Amino acid sequence: MSRALWILAVLMSHWRRHPMQFATLVTGLIAATALWSGVQALNQQARASYDRAAAIFGGTRTATLIDPAHAVFPQQLFVDLRRAGWPVSPVLEDRVQIGGRSFRLLGIDPVTLPPEAAAISTVGPRQLAAFIAPPGRTLVAPETLQDLGLRDGATPQLNDTVTLPPLQLEPRLAPGVLVMDIGMAQRALNKPNEISRLLVGQQTQGMRPPLESITGSTLQLVQPDAESDLARLTDSFHLNLTAFGLLSFLVGLFIVNSAVGLAFEQRLPTIRTLRACGASLRMLTAVLIAELVAISLAAGLLGLIGGYLIAAALLPDVAASLRGLYGARIPGQLALDPQWWLSGLAMSTLGALAAAASSFVKMARLPVLAAAMPAAWHETQQRWLRLQGGLAMSMIFTAAGMAWFGDSLMSGFALLATLLLGAALALPVVLDATLDMGARWSRGPLINWSWADSRQQLPGLSLALMALLLALAVNVGVGTMVSSFSTTFLRWLDGRLAADVYISATTDAQASAIKAWLAQRHDIDAVLPSGRAEVQIDGAPVEILGLADHATYRDRWPLLQATANVWDKLRDGDAALVSEQLARRLKLDVGGRLPILTPAGPWSLGIVGVYADYGNPKGQFAVNVDAMFEHFPEALRTRFGLRVAPAHIDTVVNALRRQFDLDSRQLADQATVKTESKRIFNRTFAVTTALNAFTLGVAGIALLTSLLTLGNARLPQLAPLWAIGLTRRRLAAIELAKTMAVALVTALLALPLGLVVAWCLIAVVNVKAFGWRLPFQMFPLQMLTLLGVAMVAALCATLLPVLKLARMQPAKLIRIFADER
Amino acid sequence: MLNVVNLSKTYRSAQDEVSVLRGVDLRIAAGESVALTGESGSGKSTLLHLIAGLDDADGGEVWIATTQVLGLSDAARATLRRQQLGLIFQQFNLVPSLSVADNLALQARLADRHDPAWQAELVERLGLGEMMKRYPEQLSGGQQQRVAIGRALAVKPALLLADEPTGNLDEATADDVLHLTRDLVARSGCAFLMVTHSARLAAMLDRQVHLHAGRIA
Ligand SMILES: Nc1ncnc2c1ncn2[C@@H]1O[C@H](COP(=O)(O)OP(=O)(O)OP(=O)(O)O)[C@@H](O)[C@H]1O
Ligand SMILES: [Mg+2]
Repeated sequence: MSRALWILAVLMSHWRRHPMQFATLVTGLIAATALWSGVQALNQQARASYDRAAAIFGGTRTATLIDPAHAVFPQQLFVDLRRAGWPVSPVLEDRVQIGGRSFRLLGIDPVTLPPEAAAISTVGPRQLAAFIAPPGRTLVAPETLQDLGLRDGATPQLNDTVTLPPLQLEPRLAPGVLVMDIGMAQRALNKPNEISRLLVGQQTQGMRPPLESITGSTLQLVQPDAESDLARLTDSFHLNLTAFGLLSFLVGLFIVNSAVGLAFEQRLPTIRTLRACGASLRMLTAVLIAELVAISLAAGLLGLIGGYLIAAALLPDVAASLRGLYGARIPGQLALDPQWWLSGLAMSTLGALAAAASSFVKMARLPVLAAAMPAAWHETQQRWLRLQGGLAMSMIFTAAGMAWFGDSLMSGFALLATLLLGAALALPVVLDATLDMGARWSRGPLINWSWADSRQQLPGLSLALMALLLALAVNVGVGTMVSSFSTTFLRWLDGRLAADVYISATTDAQASAIKAWLAQRHDIDAVLPSGRAEVQIDGAPVEILGLADHATYRDRWPLLQATANVWDKLRDGDAALVSEQLARRLKLDVGGRLPILTPAGPWSLGIVGVYADYGNPKGQFAVNVDAMFEHFPEALRTRFGLRVAPAHIDTVVNALRRQFDLDSRQLADQATVKTESKRIFNRTFAVTTALNAFTLGVAGIALLTSLLTLGNARLPQLAPLWAIGLTRRRLAAIELAKTMAVALVTALLALPLGLVVAWCLIAVVNVKAFGWRLPFQMFPLQMLTLLGVAMVAALCATLLPVLKLARMQPAKLIRIFADER
Repeated sequence: MLNVVNLSKTYRSAQDEVSVLRGVDLRIAAGESVALTGESGSGKSTLLHLIAGLDDADGGEVWIATTQVLGLSDAARATLRRQQLGLIFQQFNLVPSLSVADNLALQARLADRHDPAWQAELVERLGLGEMMKRYPEQLSGGQQQRVAIGRALAVKPALLLADEPTGNLDEATADDVLHLTRDLVARSGCAFLMVTHSARLAAMLDRQVHLHAGRIA
């Protein structure tokens, strides 16, 4: 044991003399762990909140019975159904105000609650008595407790007469919800014997009589909303985040790999001396691994703290994205479980070991004596290059195959991964060939030397350059994708928001009143009635949009594909325009048919066009509004749009607001809707952009640290040149030019690679993740800017070691020259 | 102490084969000091490496006391080296990131045989007292070589192998260092095999052997 400790001390003494190298290693590990664990924290946070959302009783996953005409219905229907053998359980829901804040109050019946609807065990047999018997309990999430400003056990006042049952903390509940026994809820809300809906359990003991025979046509069965299973819906978003986290992690590992490699190389004389003095290879390997594990645990811990900070900083944006894209709510407070810490440490340790694996293998293979010559590491360079080239080729072929045959989100990401990895592996081969060519074409001994020297330098630099290539390519790719999306989205919004003012009345009666009132005015150019309904197709709910036959749509509504005279065909009734997402999911084409079941019987629609519907998680199709009401007589006629000359919009909106007391959800002008949509859009990609910038930053660090460590290793090559009469400044200038040239070639390679990445994102990943495809656009100015940023980063990274060289004491150079060490 | 029997070694590379040792026989008794001479490239360093178990031979035997070195595993060779051998090379003798004091104690600590009194005596006689806190790069070539000798002797090895230990030194210093080494070797009673190009230094040892055409003449 003491022997192992002594060997460890000897090896560690290297770090004391080379703190910069140690900093490199630790920085790489911290950066890798921080980015990865930050993203994981975000994912975990979101997942946890989905589970809580699902834990609202019967929130999304249970079939329900509702009265389509009224908000509540008599409790007697529950009794009747229950007697007839239906496994139903009553729920009363309403919004309440406490202390100026709005909450959802849910009354449930724990006795009849179907087991699959009760995701919370608190209302199990033991707590049952306390829950039901007066004074009862009000279950709340910790956030709700905070919002209320109350403690566990407090009894909030609903109004002058009503006091709620004592609060009880239930961490698994979603925020903003108060849950209590239905009897108490009925009293609190002053709705005796009334219920909002019935949850229908899955257990089917025996036959249940048809619904109509018990309740007549009062109640309607609503199947569970397959698409509101948030965890599934948001999977693609999280996959995106995870992919980014993984990429950052890999870039971080590149740093670790080069730092470990250089440390091994520089410690070879030490290792050799140790072996000559009687330390066995096995012991040395064990000690080196122990050293690495210790370092990576410590750095991993720091990285986790960094990851926590990153996650905390990005959480608001992620929350906004999820809300904007999927309507999923996640709380703004970060809560992490121990598993996150452990898995973060495991990642950093395993990552470090993986990054060091090649160094260990090399060390084990080298004979004791050859280990004395660092050159031995480079001797195999050509063979490595060939191997790497082969590997790169096969990766790129795999990527091509994936692009051709792949048909899922996973294959999309696999395509990106193999493509990027293949390109990274190919980079040193390409650079080597370029430098070789340069050397052949150049004249003059100094220039020739500098080409050849760059080639020699390549193995030490190539990992950092790979990191630069990856980070830049991903930046270009994601930047192009986001910009393409942004341009498309804005153009699409212009067309899609065809009307100038949007109204959504509360009831049909109010809608008629508004229409009558509008007919009196002459600053209204047109009223465009619209309708909405929902049908089930393949078990998933699909929205139906009723469009009026009006020039507005003919002129503005953006179509991706259409038959001739598409709007005339739509007016005729039995035709539909389908959204791109729906078309992709159901594999529908223009000219095909879409049969649906409506309350008025089956309806077969001819598909006459496909339109873009960005940002809508649900499938949608549009039909003529009159035809829609024929087939959905019950559908609400509360929505419509107005065409108003721009100058009159404000007057009309204000008059409507005053006249009918409409709030901003019921009445909005086009500009407001557009602004809101853009805001959501921008927040959606804020996370991506932030992670992008992080990755580029890490790549910059990778370059700097490799150059710094390489700077020392390269002195023996430079010292003789200095000795035969080149000034330090001249040497430094040559060094600068060489490194910048290599970085420039890398950056130039990254641009086309980035475009390919963008294509993969747009044509494969987005299509699978969101269901829409964007037109591919290039943004040369953006690419130039990125190129500039990369070159500045490379310049900064090069400058430090070069300045060190320019200022180096001649005495040090002499010794290096004399000792060749 | 040392018995080399019919040792042969050929370096093979993709292009050609170099047969360096072709049946070397050599025997050194405990307490005996032997000088190994031969022209450059004759295989002197190779022979030393094989004896120390740093490389594999193609045939023959190397016995140190009662152990056949060539048959041992890497771990067993390592044990043998730290317990029984002291090595001094032409270059790369010291750990650059350790102070002189730590370099001196390197092998003794590995062998768990650190003897402060003996080390103090070595420091004193090698004249290293002033520079214990310095690092190798702050020493001259001769000073570095003296630290290497001190490190090898600090374990009181049974066999001391030195590869041109005084190659970097001027005549007077070289004589000094060799005198010292011989003294210390005599006191610890170990066998001593030293490679040298200098006939004068070779003459200072008990016996001389000459390596030529892959054999000991
Ligand atoms: N790793 C190796 N691979 C191939 N050939 C080698 C290797 N090491 C040494 N040689 C060759 O073996 C021969 C003997 O080398 P060695 O170093 O033993 O010579 P030496 O007698 O110590 O010479 P010097 O007096 O110059 O130190 C030389 O011809 C050398 O070129
Ligand atoms: Mg030699």
